[in-house]
Amino acid sequence: MSAVLDAYAAVAGEEVIEHLHKLARPLEGRKVVHVNSTRRGGGVAEILDRLVPLKRELGLDASWEVIEGDEEFFQVTKGFHNGLQGNAVDLRPRLLESYLATNRRNAERLRGRLEEADFVFIHDPQPAALLGCCPKRGGKWIWRCHIDASRPHRPVWKFLRDFVRPYDASVFSLAAFAQTLAHPQYVVPPSIDPLSEKNIPLEDAEVEEVTERFGLDPVRPVLLQVSRFDRFKDPVGVIRAYRMVRRHAPVQLVLAGGEATDDPEGEAVLREVRDEAGEDPDVHILSMRPDAHRAINALQRRADVVLQKSTREGFGLTVTEALWKAKPVIGGETGGIKLQVINGHTGYLVNTPEGAAFRIRYLLNRPEESARMGEKGRRFVRENFLLTRHLRDYLALMLSLKHGAQDRIEVT
Amino acid sequence: MSRDRPAPFEVMDCTLITLALGKSAQDLRELRDRLSDVPAGSLDHHFQQALLRHTFDDPEYRNDFALWARRQLHDFQLAEMLDVIDPLDYENLEDLRQRLLDVIEDRLADLDHVPSVAPGREFHFLRSQILIFGTGLSAAMPGDLANLIPRLSTGSVFYHFVEARRRHPARLDDISVWLEGWGEDHEPTRRRLGTIDFNLWTLTEMRDLIAACFEGPPRQARAG
Repeated sequence: MSAVLDAYAAVAGEEVIEHLHKLARPLEGRKVVHVNSTRRGGGVAEILDRLVPLKRELGLDASWEVIEGDEEFFQVTKGFHNGLQGNAVDLRPRLLESYLATNRRNAERLRGRLEEADFVFIHDPQPAALLGCCPKRGGKWIWRCHIDASRPHRPVWKFLRDFVRPYDASVFSLAAFAQTLAHPQYVVPPSIDPLSEKNIPLEDAEVEEVTERFGLDPVRPVLLQVSRFDRFKDPVGVIRAYRMVRRHAPVQLVLAGGEATDDPEGEAVLREVRDEAGEDPDVHILSMRPDAHRAINALQRRADVVLQKSTREGFGLTVTEALWKAKPVIGGETGGIKLQVINGHTGYLVNTPEGAAFRIRYLLNRPEESARMGEKGRRFVRENFLLTRHLRDYLALMLSLKHGAQDRIEVT
Repeated sequence: MSRDRPAPFEVMDCTLITLALGKSAQDLRELRDRLSDVPAGSLDHHFQQALLRHTFDDPEYRNDFALWARRQLHDFQLAEMLDVIDPLDYENLEDLRQRLLDVIEDRLADLDHVPSVAPGREFHFLRSQILIFGTGLSAAMPGDLANLIPRLSTGSVFYHFVEARRRHPARLDDISVWLEGWGEDHEPTRRRLGTIDFNLWTLTEMRDLIAACFEGPPRQARAG
């Protein structure tokens, strides 16, 4: 076994790695290409950054390509993203043409690699039109949707559906996100990497240093939400919940937002959040660099309660990260958060700032219960949401596509 | 005259890949209608295969239909009626489907309204493909198998102890079938294995209970 896989065996268990070897054996040497729209920032890039090297360790010929686009392209794809999450967006023909032209331009560069691949995973809507630009493709093409598409804005979905329909399969994070499509729709929740900078154990001294660096009081309780500055993450609602708690407890709030190169709305939302926070010295709005993984890790470990008060959420990897650090999570009752936050077991699901405020107070006043939930959450993530499980599902999916629709597949 | 030894017990493992059928139900009538036309494999997924999925351990509910009735429809009576359905009581999945439909139709007949859920709380029909592979582990003698059991993955426990019952006409697990070939000395172990109700335990708990059967009566039998 390689040193990398050994390291995962130490965290996830040797049987898990043994599973991976068994499933990977029939796929050895197969060319697998993943395509998305950003190398840094956001959950998809973080997953691919580790998943692709691990596939190579298991003997697959895996690679990761990133499409390039201008501001106009990312404006339209952000519109797709919002539209899939249910917002009404205006699809102007000029922007749609920019989407298609960008995909065609990227296809010129990538066509050779994509057409010769055995499996092509296209992540999210940005590169979805590449398939139509690769007429000599020989392998299986899979569209991987990471977005909460449970109630999409119909015109957006109808536009995208024409690009998705010719794929051999789709993958959604939750069953609720699946659409009416003729091809197989797999359900694969995403995952976190326990060995990444964002999730490895840290010394107390490093956590203290980060606490001090961001000007947090070392003693008073910390509430934390880590997420992009995006209206669907409801950062303003989090500030309102904090204000309600503040009347009862001397808490501090940290809103740590990453930047993603494919999100043009982030600046505007950040301004709204700053306006809402006003001059309150205990509201810390941190605009983090995409590579500030250790600092995010330290903040999550320092937090007493972690929030993810989203109103729409594909999966919510920040929830997974917090649970892995044995923190109870108060999450919006939506999307993949519902799969991870089990009321009274790993945290609480809420629908309003008032609900969040009440549950924050509840947990702050019951540290033993909070710790018990944290431990349960960590165990839950270990069994279900680590990268090794995600990799196993992708291997199983490729084998499934290789064998067809039968219910039982003997892997030899 | 010495009897022939059974062939070594080959330990298998398995994993599931889940597929959405793109069908959902927002009320009890829709659940009935969808149930009548989903592939039979979907029932297997929502009953037995639930044990191997990425869900929070909750053995209080034996199947997804009961769980949905309790947690989303808030119809506690229906949840109880669905919860006691044991898929192994039925000859095949079509008979199981008929039983589910009967329970739901009886409930619809009792009610003066059709219980429904808010958007976002629908029942989503799924199915799974099971991928089976050898582990390279084998046991030549019952004592060897006893030593292996604590090391089995949850996939192996599922394959040999839960999924096996659909393969064997007598609804037996693979371990009991293999021990039968070793004669009466192992009858007490087989009897103890037969008392484990797989509906009530997680796969990890089941592994501990199976291991204990090779040592003495299982936990729940002792408690009784």
